[in-house]
This record gives sequence, C-alpha cells and structure tokens, in this order.
Amino acid sequence: MNVEFAALSLILVFPALGVLFNLFLGPRLGRSAVNVVGPGVMFVAFAVATWAFLSILAMPAGSALYCPLWRWLEAGKFHVELGLRVDALSGVMVMIVTGVGAFIHLYSVGYMAHDEDYARFFTYLNLFAFSMLILVLADNLVMMFVGWEGVGLCSYLLIAFWYTNPEFAYNGRKAFIVNRIGDAGFLLGIFTILATLAHHGVWSLNFVEMQAHADMFDVTAATAAGLLLFLGATGKSAQIPLYVWLPDAMVGPTPVSALIHAATMVTAGVYMIARMNFLYVLAPDAMAVVATIGGLTAFFAGTIAIVQPDIKKVLAYSTISQLGYMFLGVGSGFFAAGIFHVMTHAFFKGLLFLCAGSVIHGMGGEQDMNKMGALRHKMPITFWTMLIATLAISAVPGFSGYFSKDLILEGAYESGHFWLWLLGAITAGITGFYMFRLIFMTFFGESRVEPDKMHHLHESPPVMTIPLIVLAVLSAIGGYVGLPEGLLWGDAFAKFLSPVVGNFKPAVEASPAMLSLVATSLGMLGILLAYIFYLRMPGLPMILAWRLKGLYELLLEKYRIDELYNLLITRPLFFISDYILNRGIDQTLIDGTANGAGLAVESSGEVARRAEDGNVQHYAFVYLLGVIAIVGYYLYLVVK
Amino acid sequence: MPPILFWFLATLSVVSALGVVLQRNPVHCLLALVLTLLAIAVLFIGQGAVVVGFLQAIVYAGAIMVLFLFVIWLLNLPVVTGSTGRLAAKLLGAVGVAALLAELEVFWVPSHLQVKAAQHAAGYGAIDALSQTLFSEYLIAFEVTSVLLLVAVVGAVALARRTTDAEVQSQAGNSSRTEKAA
Amino acid sequence: MVQLSWLMELSAAIFAIGVAGFLSRRNILVMFMSIELMLNAVNLAFVSLGSRMGTMDGQVIVFFVMTVAAAEAAVGLAIIISIFRNRETVNADDLTLLKW
Repeated sequence: MNVEFAALSLILVFPALGVLFNLFLGPRLGRSAVNVVGPGVMFVAFAVATWAFLSILAMPAGSALYCPLWRWLEAGKFHVELGLRVDALSGVMVMIVTGVGAFIHLYSVGYMAHDEDYARFFTYLNLFAFSMLILVLADNLVMMFVGWEGVGLCSYLLIAFWYTNPEFAYNGRKAFIVNRIGDAGFLLGIFTILATLAHHGVWSLNFVEMQAHADMFDVTAATAAGLLLFLGATGKSAQIPLYVWLPDAMVGPTPVSALIHAATMVTAGVYMIARMNFLYVLAPDAMAVVATIGGLTAFFAGTIAIVQPDIKKVLAYSTISQLGYMFLGVGSGFFAAGIFHVMTHAFFKGLLFLCAGSVIHGMGGEQDMNKMGALRHKMPITFWTMLIATLAISAVPGFSGYFSKDLILEGAYESGHFWLWLLGAITAGITGFYMFRLIFMTFFGESRVEPDKMHHLHESPPVMTIPLIVLAVLSAIGGYVGLPEGLLWGDAFAKFLSPVVGNFKPAVEASPAMLSLVATSLGMLGILLAYIFYLRMPGLPMILAWRLKGLYELLLEKYRIDELYNLLITRPLFFISDYILNRGIDQTLIDGTANGAGLAVESSGEVARRAEDGNVQHYAFVYLLGVIAIVGYYLYLVVK
Repeated sequence: MPPILFWFLATLSVVSALGVVLQRNPVHCLLALVLTLLAIAVLFIGQGAVVVGFLQAIVYAGAIMVLFLFVIWLLNLPVVTGSTGRLAAKLLGAVGVAALLAELEVFWVPSHLQVKAAQHAAGYGAIDALSQTLFSEYLIAFEVTSVLLLVAVVGAVALARRTTDAEVQSQAGNSSRTEKAA
Repeated sequence: MVQLSWLMELSAAIFAIGVAGFLSRRNILVMFMSIELMLNAVNLAFVSLGSRMGTMDGQVIVFFVMTVAAAEAAVGLAIIISIFRNRETVNADDLTLLKW
C-alpha cells in the first residue's frame, strides 16, 4: 500500500539548507556555527528518515511512502515528474546514508579542526549528502541520474579539497573524468530503456511504472540496457575497468574517503542494479557479466592490497574488493545479499576509514604503515574499534560481515557460478590476510614511529571517538538482521526486501553450512598467515618480497594498469587533440579560413588600389569604357 | 544649307580639332580650337540657329578662348620638347575612341534618320523665339544658372588670388600632412 | 540637302577627337581644351536635332551649355593657376594626389 508522506521532502531540504548556510553564512558566523549546522542538518535528516522507516516497518509488506514534487521535463509525450519514494530498498539506503553520514559529519568536526577551510568543507559535504539522497530517494531513473551526477561532482570537489596541491587536483579530475565515462554508459542505458518502452507507447521512466511494463523488454533490449547501466556502475562503484580513480581519491580528507568512497557513493551502482532488478532478471547474460566482473574485481583488488604500505591505499583496494562482492551478489540474482553487504560494509568500512583517519590524525599526518607500530597503547579506543571493524570485514563468525559475505557466496554458488564462488572464497582468505596485516603493522609489534612524531601521539577527541564507537557497535551486531534461515528470526533482511527485489531462486542445491565452513576457514587461514608474517617472523615478508621480486613489484605497482590506460587511451587522445584537432583543424583549417578570408580581402585590396593611381587620364579612360558600355546598351535596345 | 558648304565646314572643323589635339605648343592648340569653334558657329547659323551661332562666336570663341589665352601667357610655360604624351596612353586612347565612334556610327546608319526636315516656323532661331522658350519652359533652369555663375565667379576669385604668407604656411602644413598620409 | 546623319557623325567625330586628346595629352591646359571640344561637339548635336525637330529646345540647351562651360572654364583655369603657383608644373603626370 502506498501512502503519501510529505515529510520525505524534509530529508532533502535540511541538507540543502546546510549547503546554503555553510556557503553564505559559514565564513561569517565562524567555526562553531558551521560545526553545529553541518552535522546538525544531517541528524535532522536522519531523524526524519528513521520516522519514515519505522512507518514502513509498521505497514504491510511491500508498502511504500511517496512524496510527489513537480513536473520537471516535458517533451512531446515524454515527461518526467520528480518525486520521492521510500520503500523497503530505498528505506534501508536512506537510513545508511543519513545515519552513517551524520556520524561522519560529526567526526569531521574534529578531523578538520585545524583546517581553515571548514566552511567550504561542510558545504561540499552537505551538498554530497543532498545529492546522494536525491539518488536514493528518486522514484524515477532520470532523477536518480541527477543525483548520480551530483555525487560525482561532490566527489571531485572533495577529493581535490586541498586543491593547491597539483597532484590532489589531478586526482580529483581523474575521478571525475573516469566517472564521466561510466556516466556516458548510464545515459545510453537510459536511452535504450526509453526507446524500448516508447516503442510500445509507454513514455515514463518511473520505477514503479517501468516494473509494471517489464514485459515490453525483449532479451536483447534488456541485455543492452543492463550492460550499459552497468558500465555506469563500474565507474561509480570502482569495478574493472573504471576503478582506477578510487585509490588516487585517497588524497582527499579521510572523512571524505569514509563517507563517499566507502559507505555511500560507491554503493550507488549496487543500489541502481537492485532497483532495476526487474530489468536484469530478463537478461541472464548481463547478470553473468555483472557477477563475473564483480568476482574478478574482488580478487584482483585484494591481491594489490596485500603489499601496499599506505594505510589508506590498503583500505581503498579493500573497498574495491568488497564492492566486487556486492556485484557478485546482485549478479547472481541475490539482490538482497548485495544490499545486505552494502549495509554492513557501510558500517565496517566507514569505521575502518574513520579509524585510519584517527591514526593519521594522531600520527601528525603519517600514512605509511612501515612508520607505525605498537600504537594500541597510545590510542586504545581507535585500536579496539578498528579491531572490531577488521573482524567484521574478515567475516569472522558473529560479526556483521560474516553474515553478509556468507550470503553472497551462498548466492554465487547456488546460482551456478562455481568458479566465481571459489574466487570469492579465496578472496575472503586474502581479505583476512591484508586486513590483519594492517592491524598488526599499525597497532602491534615494535614501534617504528619517527621520534618527532612520537610525542605528538594521542588519542582523538570525543567528537571523533564517539562516531567510532557507534559504528563499532553496528559493525558487531548489524548483521543479525540477516541470519541464515532457520536461525531465530532468520533471513529477516531478505524477507523485508523481497517485495521490492524479489526472492532468490537457487539453481544448484547446496548446504549453506558447508559453504560457510569453506569460506570461513580460508578467512581464518589468512588471519593466521598475517599473524605469522607480521608478528611471529617480521623479517619474512621482506625475504619473500625479495625472492619473488617480479611478482611483488607487479602487485606494488598495482599491475601498472594506470600506465596501461595512459599508454592506450590518454596519450593517443592527447595526440589526437593536439595534432589533429588543435593544429590540424582548429589552427590550420578554421583559423586559416578566418584569417585567410581577411588576408584575401587585404591582398585583393592591395592589388585593386593600384588602379587608383591619381592619374586623371587613367580615370578618364575607365570612364570612357563605361560610356562605351552604356552606349552599347542603348545600341542593343535600338537594334532589337 | 548647300551640301558643299557643309562638307567644307565639316572638314575644316575636323582638321582643326585634330590640330588642337596634336599640336605641341599650347597657344597653337588654342588657335586651332578657335578655328573649330568658328566653324561650328557657322554650322549653327546654317541650321537656322542664328542667335546661338552668334553667341558661339562672341562668347565662346571670343571670351572664353581669350581667357584661356590669358592664362597660358600668365603661366609663361617653357615650350616642352619631346613627346606630348605616353605612346601607350595614345594607342589605348585611340582604340577606345575608335570603339566609341563605331558605336555612334551604328546609331546613325538606319534609314529612319534620313527624314525630311520639318518646316521651320517663321522667326525660327531668332532672338524672339529663343527668349520665348527660355523664359517660359526653362525659367527655373535660367534662374539656377544665374546662381551658378555667381558661385563660379566667387570660386574663381577665391582660388586664383594671391595668398598671404600666413595662408601659405597653413597650406604648406596641410599639403605636407596629406603627402605624408599618402 | 544636308542629312541629319552627316551632322551627327560630325558631332561624333569631333567628340571622339576630344576624348582622344584628353586621354593622351599631358599638359593640363590642352586637356582642358579637349574638354571644350567635347562640349562643342555636343552643342552641335543638340542644335542639329532641334533644327530637325523644328523646336527651339535644342538651342536653349546649347544656351545653357555655353553658360555653364564659361563658368566651368573660369573655375578650372583658376584651379590651374593655383596648382601652378604651388607646384610649378602643369604636367598631369606630376599631379597624382587624387588617390589612396
């Protein structure tokens, strides 16, 4: 049942007000004002979102709250009405965005306490929240795309926040441009969908209406649209081939990495596919592509993470890897599993980034783990919360990550993708390894901290540690909404989402317990190896790196994919732009024509002016020619 | 007018016109011009335009040509030896002129121009008839012409008077400036 | 009897000679005389046609032409005198300021 709920618009209004306040009044009213308004509007939005979500829970299954806004586009029969919609799926998403987002805003108050540009930071952060909420609450594909673009813009603004550093500015541009490539695919996908529907007389891109007319899609159209939309998702959610911007995005402030590049923006791709599930179930080939790319990306990114020395880079590649899991989940047809992992990942990855930020903050800006060690005594809260998050991401049984990752692997296996399941299980081991490598290198062992940073070392202030604690609690218990079937209230999450995303139909029979056992034991093996490598025998990693030098360097250089792209795409593009388009066409042709026209007039003028030499007799001769012509004309008339 | 007279006068006027154009000394050219004018004046009278013919002789040949002569003597030009003009210009001029002549000839060949003369009214060409037409149909032109003559007189005096030193200075300044611009 | 076409051809011939003189002579006084030749040729044409038509119009026009020619001669000669005073020349080739 659908109920109109006008207060939904408040979820968007408050962050928008935050933007305006921080932009215009922020610098004038000072840091305290901005520190209240920035996170404050997010908490208000969270409150409204909670109210909406609880209302949904109270209503029968499959209910939704809606709030129509206004008619935006109109072109012939095509029209776009803007409106907000909270059903089970967007309800979960809006809770994540506002909840985790609000706490990260609060954390930023502490993290950016020494930065002079606080007003601009919160302006951008609120703007991001606004755009992300548009994306999540949109009731039609076009409005979702507006939010999609908006978060891309804010990502750029925030990555390049300290824009005076050319490298940071470059990375911001890189993120935006790579995203744009994906967005082109997204747009083409929208066009394909509209073309198919319009062919049958339906001109709406509203989700509910599209789902009602899903039978108008034949397999080809559905596959094409699905793949094109997925291209957009690979850009936004950092999958192969468009993931290259995410590791470089780590130059932005750490709260940005937590909010945008872990908890919310990067999950937009997964959300989009879950939203369009009715389209994807019609295109099994597209789903297979999604699942394969997800699985491959998960493994690929994990292998890079195991050798990275920078704490944020490890987390960045870890994010790419976990996103791969999410796509594996939705690609297998288990949309609820993917969304479940979105939620748990928001908790533990957001927490991991915030903890990393806390470490960096305490270390006075140091991000190289080789220069850390034995920090757990100096920063206890950070240590314990980060440990909880690591246990969650390593899918240690009982923590949230365990349930969501297990559900995904179960979906992968039972939909028939055996090799992808195996890849995912191995990646689980890799994940355990590199995450505990991070914990051991940072918090345990001998202190390798540089002396000048030693006395600066301190735990973060409460405004930063409270969000850590909140997220740690959620990382620990957040998974219990999705227990395996049979246990207690079992599978409540999937059941809650099923009216929107459908039920998962296994193709292959399997015992969930067996699958879980395999994956978990691989994870434990990874943790054990990390323990051996980094605590028991600290010299071992170096020996191994030296022995397998080629492989080590390949991984350290992230398979040199950036260099490959540069060679294959960027440099040819620059070459074409410079030599062909700039010099060839623009300068030679266009400027040549414009200047040439002027030059032609000038030179013909030079030639023509010689006829006027001042000699009256010459003038008279021309005059005579004219007279002859006129007389000739009259002659002609007479003779006729 | 008997044809023999016409042919004589025609030859005379053409030959003296050639003389105007071909003579080296400007005074000789002028004298040839006077001869041409007089021949034409006789042709006028032969056509019945008595008053105009006399005016031609008195005003044109008498006053205007004398004015020309005064100016030539005033300037006191040295006699120029050598050619009177560039050969190329003469040839080109000749060609153009020949073309013009040919065209005009074509006009006069057709037979409809061989018509009989209209009967002249009594007093045709006399001063009465002239002034009748002049002061009725062409009155405005007459008045305007008188203003034109006034303007011409003023202009001629202004242009030809001897300028004072100050005016020479500013003139020199102007002309040098224009020369620099050119 | 004198045919109109003869008169017109005579007028054309004198006119042509005047044009030729104007184009080929360098002395501006002689150029001016050529202009007078042209004017007279035209006068002849007017009178002949007027006579043939039997009206006085041709003669009136000649009257005006003569008047204007007189005015023009006066002004033109004044200009020539002025030029001669400034530039000491009456050679048309040296008087080429009427240009760009």
